[in-house]
Amino acid sequence: MSAPDELHGAAAESDTAITRRTAELVIGVLLALFGLLAVVSNYQIGAGWASDGPQAGYFPLRMGVIILFCSIIVIAQALMKNDRSAFVERAQLRLVATVLVPLIVYVAAIQFTGIYVASAIFICAFMAFIGKFNWWKAAATGAGFSLALFWIFEFMFQVPLPKGPLEALFGF
Amino acid sequence: MDDISLLLNGFYTVLSWQNLGLMGIGILLGIVVGVLPGLGGPNGVAILLPLTFTMNPTSAIILLSCIYWGALFGGAITSVLFNIPGEAWSVATTFDGYPMAQQGRAGQALTSAFTGSFFGALVGVLMITFLAPLVAKFALRFGPPEFFAVYFLTFCSFVGMGKEPKAKIVIAMCIGFVLAAVGMDTISGQLRMTFGMPVLLRGFDFLVAVIGLFGISEILMTMEEGLAFKGKQASIDLKVVLKTWATMPRYFMTLLRSSAIGCWLGITPGGATAASFMGYGVAKKMSKQPDSFGKGNVEGVLAPETAAHAAGTSALLPMLALGIPGSATAAVLLGGLMIWGLQPGPLLFVEQKDFVWGLIASMYLGNLSGLIIVLASVPLFAAILRIPFSIIAPAILVVCAIGAFTVHNAQFDIWLMLIFGIIGYVFKKLDYPLAPLVLALVLGDRAEDAFRQSMLASKGGLGIFWSNGLVGTIMTLALLGLAWSFVGALRERLKTRPMQAVNADSRAG
Repeated sequence: MSAPDELHGAAAESDTAITRRTAELVIGVLLALFGLLAVVSNYQIGAGWASDGPQAGYFPLRMGVIILFCSIIVIAQALMKNDRSAFVERAQLRLVATVLVPLIVYVAAIQFTGIYVASAIFICAFMAFIGKFNWWKAAATGAGFSLALFWIFEFMFQVPLPKGPLEALFGF
Repeated sequence: MDDISLLLNGFYTVLSWQNLGLMGIGILLGIVVGVLPGLGGPNGVAILLPLTFTMNPTSAIILLSCIYWGALFGGAITSVLFNIPGEAWSVATTFDGYPMAQQGRAGQALTSAFTGSFFGALVGVLMITFLAPLVAKFALRFGPPEFFAVYFLTFCSFVGMGKEPKAKIVIAMCIGFVLAAVGMDTISGQLRMTFGMPVLLRGFDFLVAVIGLFGISEILMTMEEGLAFKGKQASIDLKVVLKTWATMPRYFMTLLRSSAIGCWLGITPGGATAASFMGYGVAKKMSKQPDSFGKGNVEGVLAPETAAHAAGTSALLPMLALGIPGSATAAVLLGGLMIWGLQPGPLLFVEQKDFVWGLIASMYLGNLSGLIIVLASVPLFAAILRIPFSIIAPAILVVCAIGAFTVHNAQFDIWLMLIFGIIGYVFKKLDYPLAPLVLALVLGDRAEDAFRQSMLASKGGLGIFWSNGLVGTIMTLALLGLAWSFVGALRERLKTRPMQAVNADSRAG
């Protein structure tokens, strides 16, 4: 089994950022830790039998045990299978990052500018940098989208969304 | 006969201007949701659910269930025209739908797909109309052990029927249960797994999880593939529609078979996706010219669409009659019931007659108007996909963020959504199924309560689950199904192991 796998691995090495095996193992270990955390935490609050029936941790503790057990199976299977094909390729990772990084910045920005301003900037920047649109087209789309949202949520549904200094300036 | 008059009463409820309007809006939104990548049935419904908190439950369920129908219809459009399944359940539709579009028969393919969908849904609704009240009446006798047994059966059949590795299905499910337990324990009032963090007191809301797991992760997946939409033109005129309809009787057996498959997989939680593949497979096997499948055979479009829509519809049967959803979208709808202050379960048919029969009536009307709307508006929705992805992607992400925020008016939930999005992306790539996770998250508290109440009654003995014929049968069935699926998986592995080695060799060579 090892010889063909090595060949395969070498061929894929150039554009593979993470192999499937690595990904399976990392997630398997993380899940095992998650299961362990559930077990420990529920053991502390009591997972046994009290005078009034099962304690609060009774059910979740058992779920944690199952997760722990199954993640060990997953880890074992990943080790046995030894799949060196690409979990994600370098080019793919870059594409995913082009969405994920702006998204994280956007979510962080909501705290400071409110959701409307952040959304307008997010859409505008995404269009301009990734879609290569003209600045004025991108800005108009972003602002228009946010204004439409403002009208829909604040006036039609009367569901207040997070607002920042700009909205305060207009008295909202 | 009683039920018929209740159903007519339901039609009376639905046929108000307000509810008809909501139905139209729901269908249109649903088609958009079905067409756009990154917005699907479950998270489309989840995003809009907070906006219905103040509506009356009947209008709210009409709006949301119509989004579901619309999404089921909409998935076919992208499959046929763009070879991109808008939804997992329309993957099988691409096999023959796209070749048909390439041959310039897009109109015929779409009309068949929609008609098949409609037929499947109709069979599903008819079954709900006649079967659901009986099931509910039967289930009225259920106590906590019986309910836990049914939950157990549901989860076992998820494990048994899932195509993913069994260990991963079990993990996904148990994560859902653990996350559902976070926060205040409803019975003892104790805090569980909050680790002193005040934001965790509320626990994890399934709506936020759904928006992240299905919405954000889908955008990441779509982006990864470096998506470029290259679609075929389609115009549907009345002539094509009528011509296609004239050929339908020829495929009556296919339609019926696919509907039966769909209904079966919808009630048991196999789901629409499994149903569509199975419908396709069976149609191919039964066909006189199996070779023509994959090259633009109409039956290859009809079969999966009919099965998917039948499954999507009948997934609501266990949700209505037992309070156990058969699919991720049904799970979100069930969560909606609880938010609107309705107690899901068999009592719904006794206490909320207007709601239940209004919903069932809206299924008939919703699918009929869905068929008409979707036939009339295909070019419009095909045009949506020509909008560059660099506009659609951030717009969908913004809508997801707003949806996550409005659930509890909490900014922390937007972060949670982001985290669930990344989890969903990794899980999808590693074949961890998401539907059991969501189902467990929604049902977690109820399943746990049923379990603890049963344990309370039996003073900790598991024997209570075999204490009478009914509960014993359900539990035994569940365990047998589970055991059988493990044996099957083991045998499969033993059989394919030599094959895999051969494959690996040939790949390397």
